[in-house]
Amino acid sequence: MSAPSLAIDGLTKQFGAVRAVDDLTFTVRPGAVTGFLGPNGAGKTTTLRMLLGLTRPSAGRALVGDREYAAHGRPGRVVGAALEASSFHPGRTGLAHLEVFAPQVGVARPRCRQVLEAVGLGHAAKQRVGRYSLGMRQRLGLATALLADPPVIVLDEPTNGLDPEGIVWIRRLLRQFADEGRTVLVSSHLLREVEASVDDVVIIAQGRLRHASPLADLRTRATPSAYVVAARPDGLVALAADRGWTTTPDGEGILVDGATAADVGAAAYGAGLELHELVRRDVDLEAVFFELTRPEDRPVEARR
Amino acid sequence: MRAALLAEYRKLVSTRLWWLLLIVMIGYLVFVSAAVSASFVFVPEGSEAVLAGKDAAQATYSLVNGIGYVFPLVIGSLAMTTEFRHKTITQSLLAEPDRTRFLAAKLLSVLPIGLVAGVLGVAATVAGGAPLLQIQGDGAYLSDGDVVTGLVLGVVVVALWAVIGVAFGSVLSNQVAAIVVILAFTQFVEPVARIALAQVDSLAGLASYLPGGAADSLIGASFLGSAGGDTDLLPRWAAALVLVGYAVVFAVIGRLTTLRRDVG
Repeated sequence: MSAPSLAIDGLTKQFGAVRAVDDLTFTVRPGAVTGFLGPNGAGKTTTLRMLLGLTRPSAGRALVGDREYAAHGRPGRVVGAALEASSFHPGRTGLAHLEVFAPQVGVARPRCRQVLEAVGLGHAAKQRVGRYSLGMRQRLGLATALLADPPVIVLDEPTNGLDPEGIVWIRRLLRQFADEGRTVLVSSHLLREVEASVDDVVIIAQGRLRHASPLADLRTRATPSAYVVAARPDGLVALAADRGWTTTPDGEGILVDGATAADVGAAAYGAGLELHELVRRDVDLEAVFFELTRPEDRPVEARR
Repeated sequence: MRAALLAEYRKLVSTRLWWLLLIVMIGYLVFVSAAVSASFVFVPEGSEAVLAGKDAAQATYSLVNGIGYVFPLVIGSLAMTTEFRHKTITQSLLAEPDRTRFLAAKLLSVLPIGLVAGVLGVAATVAGGAPLLQIQGDGAYLSDGDVVTGLVLGVVVVALWAVIGVAFGSVLSNQVAAIVVILAFTQFVEPVARIALAQVDSLAGLASYLPGGAADSLIGASFLGSAGGDTDLLPRWAAALVLVGYAVVFAVIGRLTTLRRDVG
């Protein structure tokens, strides 16, 4: 499948005095899952709404392939989007909901039933959406997005309300879409939620881009670290300096950055140093994420 | 456009509210037209009937508009305002980003249901009014050409009301507000305005430019007119233009306000 990429270019949205999205630029490539991350209120949904032609940008533009979403003849065939789990008519059945949009994305009625089965809602096809749980609504939103089997898939917080089983299912599904060559953009306010399934990350906070790279590059920012209490602290500091680790006094012990607890333990054992405490203090990916999205004026580098 | 029309039509028929409203409309029209026909035919000794003969029949049958127009208006406005109430507008505009086409499809999609409502409404009015006119009065006049024309145009008028309802809903997209305004206007403001205008000679002509007055003009008979005295009905072609004009003006305003805004 050859899927178009998404290009966000200088996108800006001003709501009165609030600049919800501020000169945002990034691209989303086909054949990969891109996580669009940031705390609540960072501007993720506004960005997606501008991408999908629902909200007019104050400046900049967002392209699906070579043109804006609304300029595609039948945009629903190109981009499948699920924005919020609450936007269904409660009196309509799940199947009827899909059948409403079937003509506009150019699919026949049997396809609606098929997609509903695919997201695990076959049993609830004739049930009114008002009686669906949040998880079922998420699945119905996904079914709506997948109706035309589109090359681009955009999902806003798709794991909200899903049980752990559902989260695993959606991760596998995203992986599969990317492997099929589709362009997949998934927003989340938690890196942990999508960490297992994304290839690239775009991190924003306060409407601004804070970081965009493959996830692997972000991982290199995560540093191992250990907390040590040694019988002879100066011996340990010398040992750490020798190995190129940095040390910081921390209470009665020492914080060693750049080494795992195992590294420190092995080195101390080799040097014959007596340790009284050895604890993991790794700065994990989640901490890097929090650092990147700290509410400050300028992006803050993760601690190294 | 065909796809957008089909989508809008499926939206309507996949919910229940419109046919619940139709059932209420039928019951209401049967009751009111029976009551009104009774007031025409049961006249106290010594006093004169307000209306008699063909006039009484036409005035009774015109109730499908004079009393019934609130129902197609509400059905039409719900078709639009429900999109905002349940935020389905997001999905609708994802499927059809051309907002003018979305609105046009929504306006036209209520025509079938409007016509069904018209047929049922006219039938209910006749079912409620004809028996007493026939048995106790001067006759039901159901084979009279003018009366039949009025009944057929009654169906058209009801369908037009549904379209006007959609257009109005696009201006006032808050569902509760739209219903309250429609109820207040149709049940109070317009009837009072029509009766009041009819009392002032220089303004009497204006009453038939009000939506309900124009619709009565299209049917060619008016219950309020016969009761309140504004018999200055417009010619049928002009009345049709006025009604379509209301739909167009509301739709244009809706397109330039509600449907211009950011969604979400």
